[in-house]
Amino acid sequence: MKRMVWPMVVPAIALALAVALAYPLVLTTPFQQRLGALVLLYAIGASAWNIVGGYAGQISVGHAVFFGCGAYGALASYQHLGLPPIAGLPIGVAVSVLIAAIIGVPTLRLSGHYFSMATIAVAELVRLVVSDTEWLGGAQGLSGPPVPRTVLDLSFISAVPYYYLFLAVLAAVLAVTWQMERSRIGFYLRAIRDSERAARSLGVAAPRYKLCAFMLSAALTAVAGALYAVMFGFIDPESGLGILISVKMLIMAALGGAGLLFGPLVGAAILVPLEEISNNLLGGNGAGLTFVVYGAIIVVIARFQPGGILGPITVLLRRHQAPQRAASPPVGA
Amino acid sequence: MSLTLVQVIAGGLLLGAVYALFSSGLTLIWGMMNVINFAHGDFVMLGMYVAFLVWTLMGAGPAAAVPIAALVLATLGIVCYFALIRHVMRGPMLAQILGTFGLALLLRYSALWYFGANFRTLPENLVGGTLQFGTIRIESSRLLAGVVALLVTAGLHLILTRTALGSRMLAVAEDAAAAELMGIRPDRMQATAWALAAGATGIAGALIANFFYVAPTVGETLGLVAFVTVALGGFGSVPGALVAGLLIGVVESVSAYAIGAVYKDIVVYALFVLALWLRPQGLLGKA
Repeated sequence: MKRMVWPMVVPAIALALAVALAYPLVLTTPFQQRLGALVLLYAIGASAWNIVGGYAGQISVGHAVFFGCGAYGALASYQHLGLPPIAGLPIGVAVSVLIAAIIGVPTLRLSGHYFSMATIAVAELVRLVVSDTEWLGGAQGLSGPPVPRTVLDLSFISAVPYYYLFLAVLAAVLAVTWQMERSRIGFYLRAIRDSERAARSLGVAAPRYKLCAFMLSAALTAVAGALYAVMFGFIDPESGLGILISVKMLIMAALGGAGLLFGPLVGAAILVPLEEISNNLLGGNGAGLTFVVYGAIIVVIARFQPGGILGPITVLLRRHQAPQRAASPPVGA
Repeated sequence: MSLTLVQVIAGGLLLGAVYALFSSGLTLIWGMMNVINFAHGDFVMLGMYVAFLVWTLMGAGPAAAVPIAALVLATLGIVCYFALIRHVMRGPMLAQILGTFGLALLLRYSALWYFGANFRTLPENLVGGTLQFGTIRIESSRLLAGVVALLVTAGLHLILTRTALGSRMLAVAEDAAAAELMGIRPDRMQATAWALAAGATGIAGALIANFFYVAPTVGETLGLVAFVTVALGGFGSVPGALVAGLLIGVVESVSAYAIGAVYKDIVVYALFVLALWLRPQGLLGKA
């Protein structure tokens, strides 16, 4: 069955990759290049969210806390240890995974709403605590190196190096997701999402697999946060831990298609330009209006197309395969 | 126990009664149809703006603002139910969360766009001044808010447990298909629940506006308080929301007094996380 998909999917992915590689060479204004880098950065975050929110069906509304761990890990290790910001990545990832375990162990045994509420509350708690911690810059936030000391500081004026860096990381995140999707844990997660009771009755240790997905998702989200801190060289409680960060990840994944490999990327490719361009056109007053549009889009997706934009396309693709599948039953797939 | 502490606790109880009022709407909707309304805090925000408009346009105080806010919000609740909620509640959980979250953003940023980001306040002595009870001094706006909130919360509980309407609503909550066979229209009952819940937030908003700043983003903070209250009290339990609301009001006031105003939210969220660990079904919830 998997082989049947190849003839359609391989050229599509190759084409998308070619477009992605050529993008900053064809569209050369700083705005366009920065936009491209931002799309990829948010796609990394949304793809990370997708692992727990899309595949496992556990809706986290507090992923900003993991994003913030990565971002603060990076800039705190510069501020206090003088290391290049990216060297703080492992610390951010470790703290992220720890927090995921603290939230996940009690709440993933309960119904999904508890998990959503717990994530939102913990994110808010961490934001308040960080706002009040001098060591982490308090409400003022932390800055990265003002001028790059070595190339390891990853501080560039052009957005192009960031673009390719983010593209590589996104490819890695998608590869991890794809590998997970096809492995035993991927099947378990989808079974849990569709009916946890049924999955449990077949002996799937649901809480454990959900926790694994959550910790993996948290770790990858911390990577996105660290990359953000490296690119912007600044982080404060609002930009690193604010509830809008969580919301953006959730919305991008859901708009493109939650639980689909390329869903978050598609969502980011639509929403990031929408936000950047409308902010550019409307100026400072535009921020409110942007989120009015955001809200309206989300309501419309939820109401008419909860599977996201890629949802119906995927259904069509599957339907297309169905007769072939019947002709040659899958062997050990 | 010092007199100041008594004063702080009394203030906390009154604030807690208002928390209980707007949280009881959230818990009602959760109990009725397993939907968490992420826009709940923004409903309260709208109630506050209704009170603000009633004052600026008509020069009237809470006597007019409270019923008007209740009506406006109840109507909004019904519209939201028929336009959005009844469609998303059949879908996956993601659709519910997205739907109400989108609604929250839509309301919050429409308010920001229309009213601007400025914090606004109603005139301080729209509701009397300060009352003296023995050694305790209480602003009459807070006293009014607390007492009305307690009465409305109790009324909501009585409607649910003592009236035919309440029985019909609980029947739909238990088994919508069976209720429909008995001649109860689930749609109508769920719409009623949304009207009651949103109306309660309208009342709460109009009451809070008398002693709290009015801003488009206030719903975010209040919504989180409502979640904490509902989770702490037990999902679907109005008495639970009352107990938890009062508890949170007191904890907030006492911690603001004892360790500083900055820490009061931290203490409340920490309490919530702790409660999720130790008693996830809530104080009065069923396991």
